[in-house]
Amino acid sequence: MKLLTHNMLTSHVKGVTKGYPLLIKATEVKVSEVEFNPNFVSRMIPKLEWSALVQAADGLGHLQDLPAELVTDYEKNEEFLRKVHRVLLEVEVLEGCLQCPESGREFPISRGVPNMLLNEDEA
Amino acid sequence: MKLKELESCLQQVDAFEEPKILLEQYPTSPHIAACMLYTIHNTFDDIEGKLVADLGCGCGVLSIGAAMLDAGLCVGFDIDDDALEIFKRNSEEFELTNIDLIQCDMCSLRSHAYAKKFDTVIMNPPFGTKHNQGMDMQFLRTALTMATTAVYSLHKTSTRGHIQKKANDWGVKMEVIAELRYDLPASYKFHKKKSVRKMLTSL
Repeated sequence: MKLLTHNMLTSHVKGVTKGYPLLIKATEVKVSEVEFNPNFVSRMIPKLEWSALVQAADGLGHLQDLPAELVTDYEKNEEFLRKVHRVLLEVEVLEGCLQCPESGREFPISRGVPNMLLNEDEA
Repeated sequence: MKLKELESCLQQVDAFEEPKILLEQYPTSPHIAACMLYTIHNTFDDIEGKLVADLGCGCGVLSIGAAMLDAGLCVGFDIDDDALEIFKRNSEEFELTNIDLIQCDMCSLRSHAYAKKFDTVIMNPPFGTKHNQGMDMQFLRTALTMATTAVYSLHKTSTRGHIQKKANDWGVKMEVIAELRYDLPASYKFHKKKSVRKMLTSL
């Protein structure tokens, strides 16, 4: 599970009103090399919940020097885009779970795939 | 990448080992997947550098193709453990780094889940024939909330009128891009029709 994907995930357990962001509890994390596409990264930034991204990266110990606040004029700032690229696409959670901030329900991550399926009584 | 090359690569994608009838699991043929992706990429430029979702991804043939055509990231969604297992294996074998997977039930998503998060949605959804009628339309409805640019989906030609009507109700423009003969190798014992006419629809 990449952090770009994590940024979209919400808990929809019955009764939960604020199931975002999901807290990452990782037991295995991998960093791989992914081809850098500055246009793609630049276009993804407005869709992100920036603070959730920073929180997630920090929780995994991969924040490095990604700023807590989004910089302005990032479209042409290659250095900044590379930092965002690393965090969005190169850091992957392979094993662990995602915890709903409201209900505490844990969604397992196995072999990099988060399982967001709810039981009948939770849906 | 040429169409023939893409098709040739997709022939290497492993399919379902024991397809589950109730989930309507059958692989999208490498030929159809390649033609579909090639069109989406070359004619509409909706894959390269885009955030793509593949709903009901199964073993991942569409996602793998999209990743090979340099999608920024392609995220596959499926409900089934076994299919996702095979998809994982496939993406590892192809050494693709621009793929991610989510296990979930497309039919029980809240309406705003993933809303407008993707540029493009590609899919070959369940038809809705095995006790789950209307599933193709549910997938379509969900796909439309998720995509900001377009949804590309395969549907039975016989549902064309119905889909056009729904598109009008939903206020979206629907276009049939291609009609294909979809050959189903008789993977299930009850299959009578060897091939089904499907259309590639964009919305």
